Amino acid sequence: MDWANAIDLARFQFAFTITFHFLLPAFSIGLASYLAVLEGLWLLTGRAIYLDTFKFWLKIFAVAFGMGVVSGLVMSYQFGTNWSVFSDKTGPVLGPMMGYEVLSAFFLEAGFLGVMLFGMKKVGKRLHFLATLLVAVGTAFSAFWILSVNSWMQTPVGYAVNEVGQFVPDDWWAIVFNPSFPYRFVHTVLAAYLTTAFIIGATGAWHLLRDNQNGVARLMFSMAMWMAVTVAPIQILAGDMHGLNTLEHQPAKIAAMEGHFETRQGAPLVLFGFPDQAAGEVRYALEVPKLGSLILTHDVDGEVKGLEEWPRQDWPNVAVVFWSFRVMLAIGFAMLGLGLISLFLRWRGALFDRPWMLRIAVLMGPSGLLAVVAGWIVTEMGRQPYSVYGLLRTTDSVSPLDAPAVAGSLLAFIVVYFFVFGAGIFYLLRMMGKTPVAGDHGPDAMVPVMAAAMALGPAASRRPNPVGGKGDL
Amino acid sequence: MMIDYPLVWAGLIGFAVLAYVLLDGFDLGIALIYPWLGGEAEQDIAMNSVAPVWDGNETWLVLGGGGLFAVFPLAYSIIMPALYAPLIAMLLGLILRGVAFEFRWRTVRGKFVWNWAFTLGSLVASLCQGIMLGTLVQGIAVEGRAYAGGWWDWLTPFSLACGVAMVVGYVLLGATWLVLKTEGDLQALARKVAWYAGSGTLALIGIVSLWTPMLQPEYMQRWFGWPALLYVAPVPLLVVAAAASLFLGLRRGHDARPFLSANALFILCYIGLVISFYPYIVPPSISIWQAAGPDSSLKFLLAGAVVLIPIIVVYTAHAYWVFRGKVDPAAGYH
Repeated sequence: MDWANAIDLARFQFAFTITFHFLLPAFSIGLASYLAVLEGLWLLTGRAIYLDTFKFWLKIFAVAFGMGVVSGLVMSYQFGTNWSVFSDKTGPVLGPMMGYEVLSAFFLEAGFLGVMLFGMKKVGKRLHFLATLLVAVGTAFSAFWILSVNSWMQTPVGYAVNEVGQFVPDDWWAIVFNPSFPYRFVHTVLAAYLTTAFIIGATGAWHLLRDNQNGVARLMFSMAMWMAVTVAPIQILAGDMHGLNTLEHQPAKIAAMEGHFETRQGAPLVLFGFPDQAAGEVRYALEVPKLGSLILTHDVDGEVKGLEEWPRQDWPNVAVVFWSFRVMLAIGFAMLGLGLISLFLRWRGALFDRPWMLRIAVLMGPSGLLAVVAGWIVTEMGRQPYSVYGLLRTTDSVSPLDAPAVAGSLLAFIVVYFFVFGAGIFYLLRMMGKTPVAGDHGPDAMVPVMAAAMALGPAASRRPNPVGGKGDL
Repeated sequence: MMIDYPLVWAGLIGFAVLAYVLLDGFDLGIALIYPWLGGEAEQDIAMNSVAPVWDGNETWLVLGGGGLFAVFPLAYSIIMPALYAPLIAMLLGLILRGVAFEFRWRTVRGKFVWNWAFTLGSLVASLCQGIMLGTLVQGIAVEGRAYAGGWWDWLTPFSLACGVAMVVGYVLLGATWLVLKTEGDLQALARKVAWYAGSGTLALIGIVSLWTPMLQPEYMQRWFGWPALLYVAPVPLLVVAAAASLFLGLRRGHDARPFLSANALFILCYIGLVISFYPYIVPPSISIWQAAGPDSSLKFLLAGAVVLIPIIVVYTAHAYWVFRGKVDPAAGYH
C-alpha cells in the first residue's frame, strides 16, 4: 500500500471530477438568467424574435443542465468516499450549508425545470415564465451556498474545535459570510455570466459569418457584446478586490500568484518567468520595477511578503498557481478588449459587418470556460497544502484509502466522463451550430399554441389547446 | 421543551431516503423494462412519462447524502468509504442514465447507444443501491472514528440478494407507473410485467426478511423475541395485504391501485428496516446520537428545513399535477 500515492490519486480524482462539473454550472448559471431575460422580453414586447432565441438556447440549456446535475451528484458523495476525515471534521460546519444548497437551490431548479422544458402549453405563459425565473434563482442560490462553503475552507472563522477534533459552529453568521465569501461570490458569478456571454457571442458570430442578416444571430451577438463591455471591466475590478482580500487572509497564496519568493520593499511586478520552487526564485523573470508593491499595497515602496516567510512545507505549488493566474488575467483583458472593439463598431453601425471581429468572437467562445478553470486552479492550488486553510492539511483529510481502490475509481471516472461529456459537448456544439431561423420552430408541439397565444393575447393560453389536448385530463 | 435534534433529523433523512426510493424507483424501473417495449414510439412515451420529473426525484438522493454529511458527519465518513465500489458504480450508472434523457433526442444514428446507457446505467444504479442497503444491514466494521473493513467487505451473498431484490422491486414500481400513465398495448404489457415483477418482489422480500435476523442477534431479538414479536407482527401482515391489493388491482384492470400498492410494499419494507436498525445509523456500533453533529449544526439546518421541505413537497406535487394523466404521445419539447 502506497499511502502518498493514494492521496495524490484522490486529489487528482477530485480535481478531475470538479473541473468537469464546474464547467457546466459556469455555463448554466449565466444561461438560466439569459433565458429568463429573453422570456421576460418576449412577454413584455410580444416580439417573436425573443421567443425564437429563447427556444434556441432552451434545448442547449436542457443538455448542459442535465450534465451538470449528474456530475454534481458525484461531488456530493465524493467528500465521503475519498475525503472521509475531512468530512468528519468539517461536517458540522460545512454540511448544513450544503444542506441549505440542496433544500433552497437543487430542489427549486429540479422542481421547475420540468415545467420550464415541457410545460409551456400546460401552464400558460405567465406561470412558465415564473418557472424559468425560479430555475435561474435556484442557480444563484446554489452558487451562494457552495461558494460560502468553499470560502470557509479558504478563510475559516466562527468555529470552535470540540473534544473529538471536529470543527463545530460557533457563529453561523460569521461562517456563512466569512471574510473571503463576498469577494469570491461576486467574482465567480460574474465569471459565470461572462462565460455564458462569450459562448452566446461566439454562437451568434458563427451564424453571422454565414448570414449577417440573421435576426436571431444578431440579437444573440449584440446582447453578448453588451455583456462583454459592461461586465468585463466590473469583473477586473472585482478580481482586484478579491486579490487584495486574499493578500489580507492568505498572503502565501498571493506570493505564489505573483512569483514573490523574497520579502521586499518596492517589489516588482513579475510579468513572466519560470518559478523554480526548489531554488526559490523566478528564472528569466520579466519584471516591472515597483509595480508589484504599488498594486498590492498602493505604495511604490510598500513591503510585499515573499514565500520565504513561510516554511517550505507550507508552500503551494508555485508554478501552477503562477501560470494559471496569468492565463486567467490574459483572458480577462482579452474579453475587455473584444468588448471595447464591439462598442466602437456598434458606434460606427458596423457591429455585424466585420468578419475579422466575428472570427475573434468565435475563437473566444470557450475563453470564459478556460478563465474559470484557471481561476479555480489559482484559488484551490493556492490554498494547498491545506484543505481548511492553516488548520487542516490535505494529507490529513483523506480517507483511509488503498491506492488500487482510488486508481480503479479514477479510471472508471475518466472513461465514463470522456465518453459522456465528449458526446455531450459534441451535441452542444452541434445544437449551437444549427442555424437559428426566425419563425421556423420545426416539428415542435408547443408552437401552434404559442402562435395562437401571440395572436390572441393572454387569454388564449387559458383556452383548451388544439394540440395534444388529450393529455390534459 | 427539549427537542431531541438527532432523532428529528434521523426522521427527516429517513424521509428523504424513502422519498428517493419511491420516486426514483419508478423512473429507474422504467429504464429496466425499456428494451422490451414495443418499438421507438412506446419507448418515447415511457421516457416522456418521467422526463419532467426525474431530476427532482434524484434530488432526494442528494438530500440523503448531503443531509448525512450535515447532520451525521461521522456516519457519512464511515459509510461512504465502506460502500466505496458500489457507491461509485451507482454514481456512474446514474450519470449514464441521466444524460440519456436528453442525449437520445440529439442523435439519430447514436440513439441506440443512449437507449442502452439508459437501461444499463439504471440497472447498475439499482443493483448497487440494493447492495449498499445489504452492506449496511449486514453491519460495517468500525474502529475509532473510521471505517476499518476492507474494500470488498460489501460483496456477500446477502448483499447481492438485496441488490437483486432492489432491481426486481424497481421493475415493479416502473411497471405499475406505466400502468398508471399509459394506455393500450403499452399498458397491457406493463400489466404483465408488473404481475411477474410483483411475484418476484414478494419472493425476494420473503428471502431477505428471513435472512436478515440471522445476520445479527440483535435483529433476531427485534423480530422474534417476545413480546417484540407482537409489536412487529403487523408489518408482515400488511405486506400480505398490500400484495393482495396489488394483484387484485392488476387483475381488475385498475390504473392507480397497482402503483399505490407497490408503493405500500416499499414503505412496509422500509418500516421493517427501521425496526431492525433503530437506534443505529451504522449497524452494529454507531447510534444516531453518537454520529450526530453538535446541536448548533442540527438546529441551524432544521430551521430552514421545516420551512423549505413543506414548500418543496408542495411544488414537487405541483409538477406532478401539471403532468398528470396519461402521457400524450405528441407532447415534448424536443
